[in-house]
Amino acid sequence: MASPSTHTAHHAPEGFIRKWVFSLDHKVIGIQYYFLGLFSVFLGMSLSLLMRFHMVNPNVVVKWFAVLWPAAAAGGVMTPELYLSLMTMHGTIMVFFVLTTVPQSGFGNYFLPIQIGAEDMAFPVLNMMSFWTTFLALAVMVAAFFVEGGAPLSGWTAYPPLSGAGPLTGPGEGMGQNLWILSIAIFCGASLMGAINFIATTVDLRCKGMSLMRMPLTCWTWLVTAILALLGFAVLLAAGVLLLLDRTVGTSFFLPGGLFINDHIIANHKGGSPLLWQHLFWFFGHPEVYIAILPGMGVTSQLLSTFSRKPVFGYKAMVYAILSIGFLGFLVWGHHMFMSGMNPYSAMAFSILTMCIGVPSAIKTFNWIGTLWGGKIHFDTAMLFALGFVSLFVTGGVSGIFLGQPALDLYFHDTYFVVGHFHMIMGVAAIFGMFAGTFYWFPKMFGKMMNETLGKIHFYCTFIGVYCIFTPMHYVGLMGNPRRYSDFSNVLYLAKAMPLHVFMTYAAFFTAAVQIIFMVNLFWSMWKGPKAPMNPWNATTLEWTVPSPPPFDNFAGVHPVVYRGAYEYSVPGAPADFIMQTDPSIVPSSGH
Amino acid sequence: MGMAASLTHDVYQGPPPPVDPGWGGGGDDSEGRGADRRATFTGLFVGLAACTMVFAALTSAFVVRRGLTDMNEWVSIHKPPILFWNTGILLLSSLLLDLSRRALKAGARTRFNLWWSAATVLGILFLAGQAYAWYQLRQVGMFISTTPASSFFYVFTAAHAAHILGGVAALVYVDVQALRLQLGPAKRTWIDVTAIFWHFLDGLWLYLMVLFYVWG
Repeated sequence: MASPSTHTAHHAPEGFIRKWVFSLDHKVIGIQYYFLGLFSVFLGMSLSLLMRFHMVNPNVVVKWFAVLWPAAAAGGVMTPELYLSLMTMHGTIMVFFVLTTVPQSGFGNYFLPIQIGAEDMAFPVLNMMSFWTTFLALAVMVAAFFVEGGAPLSGWTAYPPLSGAGPLTGPGEGMGQNLWILSIAIFCGASLMGAINFIATTVDLRCKGMSLMRMPLTCWTWLVTAILALLGFAVLLAAGVLLLLDRTVGTSFFLPGGLFINDHIIANHKGGSPLLWQHLFWFFGHPEVYIAILPGMGVTSQLLSTFSRKPVFGYKAMVYAILSIGFLGFLVWGHHMFMSGMNPYSAMAFSILTMCIGVPSAIKTFNWIGTLWGGKIHFDTAMLFALGFVSLFVTGGVSGIFLGQPALDLYFHDTYFVVGHFHMIMGVAAIFGMFAGTFYWFPKMFGKMMNETLGKIHFYCTFIGVYCIFTPMHYVGLMGNPRRYSDFSNVLYLAKAMPLHVFMTYAAFFTAAVQIIFMVNLFWSMWKGPKAPMNPWNATTLEWTVPSPPPFDNFAGVHPVVYRGAYEYSVPGAPADFIMQTDPSIVPSSGH
Repeated sequence: MGMAASLTHDVYQGPPPPVDPGWGGGGDDSEGRGADRRATFTGLFVGLAACTMVFAALTSAFVVRRGLTDMNEWVSIHKPPILFWNTGILLLSSLLLDLSRRALKAGARTRFNLWWSAATVLGILFLAGQAYAWYQLRQVGMFISTTPASSFFYVFTAAHAAHILGGVAALVYVDVQALRLQLGPAKRTWIDVTAIFWHFLDGLWLYLMVLFYVWG
C-alpha cells in the first residue's frame, strides 16, 4: 500500500511527465479525470445521435456509414446489430466513464482534500494508479469497436445468455464482448482504488476543527459515494470474472442448458442461471445510480446555499438523508427485475423498499426549496444548472414512483418510459450537476472566469433541449413503444409515435449542437478568460481561502484551522453576508 | 432571513474548534506520522471490506448455483488431501509473523528477520501447494468446466491465490527492507499492515475450507 501523504511525502514535481502525465497531485489527477470524462461524453453523445438518426431514417443510405462499418453497414444502411452495438457502447461509456468518473473522481479528487483542509489524498500513488487504470479501461472499451465483429450488443447490463454464449448470438459477441467485460473488470479495480483513497482521506486527513458535521455536503456525498463504489464494484468484479469464464473456458455459472441459438444447439453449457447474473449485476447496478447522482446532490446543495446567500436548510437532515439513500440503495436492486418472474412477495418487498427511498429523496428536495426560500438568489450560470438539477431530479423521480410498482412496471419496463425516466434522473440530472460544478469551480481550477453570457445561453438551450428529448419518451412509452428496437417505422400501432420520434431526434441534434457553446466557453475561458479572484462567489468553504489555482500543497505549508460550519451565510451582526470556515471571530449575537 | 438567522445560530455557530471525540483527524492536529499511520490502517480495513465483498459475491453465486442444481446432480469434487497441509502451512506462517512482530517489539532484530523470512517462505510454499492441488485435480480429469462444484473450487482458490500473491509481495518487500537494515518507523506501519492482511487471508482460507468441505 502506498504510504499516505503529508506535504513532505512528495515534492512539487518538475518536468512535464511528472507534473502533467504521471502526476501524484490530486488536483492534476482530478483534471485528468475531468478531461477523460469530457472525451467520453462526446463519444457517447455521438453514438446516441447515430441511433436517433437511424431510428427516424432506417432505410436512408449514408455513404460514410459504409466507410466506418464496411460489414455492419454495408451499402450505407445500418443493420439492427450495429444499432444494438451503438446502444451498448453509448450506455456503457456514459454510465462508467462519464457519470461515475467526472462527479466523483474528477471534482472529488480536486476538491475533497482542499475542502477538508488536507494537502493531498491519503495515497497519492494509488490515486495516480487509479486514474491510469481507468484510462486503460477506456482504451480497452474503445478497442471493442475495432475488433472483428465490432462492439458487443448486449446492452450496458450485459444480460446472459446473450452476453455469454459467444459469437453465435451476434457479430459483436465474440472478441467485442470479451473486451467489454475485461474493460469493466479493469474499471472495477480502478474504482476500488479510488474508493479506498476517498474514504481514508475523509476519515483521517481532515484538518483541525473540521468535525464531520462541519464538512461541506459535497464531502459527505463523495464519502458515501465512495462507500457505495467500494461495496458495489467489488460485486461487479466478481460477476464479471464469472461471465468471462463462462465465455472463455466453458463454465456454466450463468448459461443454462438446452439453449437454441441461430439454428444451433448450445451443448457445452448446462445448469447455469441467467437470473444469477441479474441479481449480482443489479446489486451493483442500483447503487451505481446513486454513485452517479449523489455527488450532483452535494454540488447542488453547496450552490443553492451559496447563491441564495443562506445556510443549507436542515444540514443535519441532509446528512442523514445522504446516509439513508446510501443504505437503502443496497436493498432495492430487485426493482430492476420485476419482469424476471420473481415471487410476487419478493417484488412487493422490493417495491416497498423502493418507496422508502422516496422519503430521503423528498427530504433533500424539500430542503433545497427551503434553502432557496426567502433567499437573495443570484442567477449565475452555476446556480442555473443547480436549479436545473433540482428540476430534472424531481421530474425523473416522479416517473420512478410509477416504475417502482411491479404491476405498472410489467407494462412499462421494456418501453421508452424507462428510457425517459433514467435519462432524466440518472443521466441528465447528473450531467447538470457536472455543469454546475464546472461553472462554480472553474475559476478555482484554472484561475480564470468563464463567460456568463455564453454560459446562460448554453444553460437555457440545454435545459429546454433535454426536456424536449426525454419528456416525449414517456408518452411513446405509454403507447407501448418498445425500447432497444432499431426500427419501428413499419409498426402499425406506433405510427402515431413516429412524429414524436422525429421531434426527439431534432431536439437531440439541437441539444448536441449547443454543447459547442460550452466547449468554446470552456477552452476560450481557459486561455483568455478574465483572471479569477480568490473567492469570486463569496463562498465560505476552504477552497476559497487559497489562491486560484491553489498552490501545489493546497495551503502553501499553512495548516488551516476550521472554526465553524460550511454554510454561514447572512449571519446577523456579521460584517459581510458570509463567514469563512476559517474565520475565528465570534459574531456578536443579535438575539433571536 | 429570519429563518436563516435562527438556523445559523442554532446549528452553525458553535464554540471554537472542539476536540473531536469520534474517529478521524478532524479534532486534532492531523500532521505527522500519526495521521499517516491512521490513514494507512483505514485504507487497509476499507480494502479488506472490498476483498470481503468479492468473496461474499462469489459465495452468494455459489449458494444460488448450488440451490438451482438438482441435489442428485450436484457432485462434490474429491478434494486433494494436500489442502490440509496447505492450511497448516498458512496457519504456521501467520503464527511466525506474530512471533516476529513480538521479536521486533522486544528489539530482537535478528529473530525478527528469521521469523519473518520463515513466514515468507511458508507463504510461497502455500502457493506451490495450491498449484500442486490443481495439478492433482487435473490428473483425475477435474477441470474448471467439468462440474459446477469444480468451477467454484477453481474460482475460489484462484481468487484467494491472487490475494496471497499480493500478500507474498508485501512479505518479500518487508523482508528485503529488514535484511538491508532499513526498518525505520515508517516501515513499522508496513509491517503491521502486511501482517494484518496476511491474517485476513488466513481467516479467509479457513472460511473457504469450511465452504468446500461442508457444501462443496
